[in-house]
Amino acid sequence: MTATLAPNLTLVIVAAGLIAVGSALVLDRSLVRVVLGLMLIGNGVATLYLVAGGRAGEAPFVGSAPANEMSDPLPQAMVLTAIVISLAMIGFLLALAYRLWQLSGTDDVPDDAEDAVIQRMARDEEMSATFDPGLEPTTTSDELAVEEPGAPDGPDLAAPVGGDPQ
Amino acid sequence: MTASWIPNLVPFPVLLPLLGAALTLAFRRSPHLQRAISISALTGVVAVAALLVVEADSHGPQVLWVGAWREPLGIALVADRLSSLMLLVSSIVTLLVLIFAIGQGQANDDDETPVSIFHPTYLVLTAGVANAFLAGDLFNLFVGFEILLFASYVLITLGGTVLRIRSGTTYVVVSLLSSSLFLVAIAGVYAATGTVNLAQLSIRLAGINPAVALVLQLTLLTVFCIKAAVFPMSAWLPDSYPTAPAPVTAVFAGLLTKIGVYAIIRMQTLLFPQSPLQTLLLSAALLTMIIGILGAVSQTGLKRILSFTLVSHIGYMLFGIALATTHGMAGAIFYVVHHITVQTALFLISGLVERFAGTTSLDRLGGLAAAAPVLSILFFVAAMNLSGIPPMSGFLAKIGLLQAGVEVGTPLAWVLVVAAIVTSLLTLYALAKVWSQAFWRSQGEARAAAIATARVDDEDDDAYDFELTLEAEMEAAQQAALVGGTPVAVATRQRPLSRMMKGATAAMTATGLVIMLAAGPLFAFTQRAANDLMARDPYVTSVLPQAVRH
Repeated sequence: MTATLAPNLTLVIVAAGLIAVGSALVLDRSLVRVVLGLMLIGNGVATLYLVAGGRAGEAPFVGSAPANEMSDPLPQAMVLTAIVISLAMIGFLLALAYRLWQLSGTDDVPDDAEDAVIQRMARDEEMSATFDPGLEPTTTSDELAVEEPGAPDGPDLAAPVGGDPQ
Repeated sequence: MTASWIPNLVPFPVLLPLLGAALTLAFRRSPHLQRAISISALTGVVAVAALLVVEADSHGPQVLWVGAWREPLGIALVADRLSSLMLLVSSIVTLLVLIFAIGQGQANDDDETPVSIFHPTYLVLTAGVANAFLAGDLFNLFVGFEILLFASYVLITLGGTVLRIRSGTTYVVVSLLSSSLFLVAIAGVYAATGTVNLAQLSIRLAGINPAVALVLQLTLLTVFCIKAAVFPMSAWLPDSYPTAPAPVTAVFAGLLTKIGVYAIIRMQTLLFPQSPLQTLLLSAALLTMIIGILGAVSQTGLKRILSFTLVSHIGYMLFGIALATTHGMAGAIFYVVHHITVQTALFLISGLVERFAGTTSLDRLGGLAAAAPVLSILFFVAAMNLSGIPPMSGFLAKIGLLQAGVEVGTPLAWVLVVAAIVTSLLTLYALAKVWSQAFWRSQGEARAAAIATARVDDEDDDAYDFELTLEAEMEAAQQAALVGGTPVAVATRQRPLSRMMKGATAAMTATGLVIMLAAGPLFAFTQRAANDLMARDPYVTSVLPQAVRH
């Protein structure tokens, strides 16, 4: 059990820093930056496992050291799995970015067509065909409620509010 | 006691598809062999899952410690009533969708197009789904999620067209973020308790600082709510699902969100029974239902309407879970079973509509009832089932949840009861709109309406051109069938439906009706499963021997 041990503050700060920087990059529009951000987040999370494993110790091989001086092997096994998975993910995302670049000459994630239409409607203050303008007071709440699920596409897409799509 | 070889069957729902994936990859040049391997692997999974349901029901949870590690160490696979039921339903769904996909490939009448990677990827997806349901520890659950997500990334971007890449990117990035959060949560759980085994956690989490437990619970809840597409973490779903190939969307819609729901059920009952977070979960369920269904009402594309109803109906399941009573849990489990089948059936039908008419936009569809009566009957049955028209399983599932809500009887629970009824009516409205436009009105009416809208838009402004290009692009991408990437198929927009596709869809719809007919026994089963969940006892005692139960 490692519950009573104080965690290593340096590792916590490193993990927090990596995850924070990674999150900022993920918000970017360029897919390569998003990939970089996800890599940083992945490394930050991996660092957290070093914290979760408790104090550092001897290599956990049977017989190489007394059991109570070994470091906890379980989080290491878990984080190795996580690292392998994130390696494959990054490979896939890079392929995706390359394909995007092949198709559109840029790795910027394009706008969602539906989202663009909704943005245009909002700009032109258009109503849907079924909307009855006689019911003035309910307009805003109605429109908001209807649009909400479609509009936010995750932070990376919603970012440039003023930007005209294409 | 149970036969001693039965627990050895527990890993097979994971192993068979993985083996099948390896074989289909090896035989990628021979589509016939690929089909045979995939179908036999998934049939095997259905058989094993059915056996596990019977065994779990009659002899209690079937547990296997993989590799015979000593008990609290190593990886446990557990098939209790809930997970074996989920496994059975999901394997039936994956098998039927596979048959649909094969039918679609054959109807494209060239054997090269159903890309060689479809079968291996699809089998890996089912292995991941099975692993997530059977996982007896948090980290293996994570691995199950990753296996199925990775396969889903490949499937959702199949062909690599502009639209699929765009929507796939959103999907991949959202999923990756939630996976990272899951890892953070696991690290936290391990640091706080020194274990990731679910049975052990259910004992140890009760003993740690409640504030820490709450943080862990909320983090895990966020992760699973993203997977399950609970509002406000649902925006990725209607954005990414509609562009994928029909069988892929169908299996995603049927299964992937329900795995999130399953994980929430498991977590709320086994790990954090002392903290039901009722108000929070009920509010999330309320918002998911209402906002989801308003989205569906406002859409004009069939696939998007279905995606939004999918989000909306996740709210029902969350409603049952949030009540934290046996009846609520049983209702939620029944609803999951019902919803997996009916939602998959509807997406398969929308795939048929897309092939038959060349579009799924309600503005252009018309006259399907006359042109394709079988298709129309299938849609009608499935749509009525989803909206909860008596005596369909959708009605029974909703009644179960409403009764559970009334039993709890808090003001918020009553609000949820009313919202559930309203959502059901709005679902009926949204699907009736589809029926009257796509199926009922004549083709001539549809054309006249389409021209009229085009005129109005044309006078509007140049933005119409933009919209039109996007639409054309979207359709072109959708036309490019399962694979290829090059939208060559645009010229031949309407393609015949193969008997296999219709058969698979009909079977899927019929499964929904079987649930209706077998509702009595199934409800009794989910009730027993819910009793197990609330008592936690058979799970913990069968996973952990007395000596390590601390």
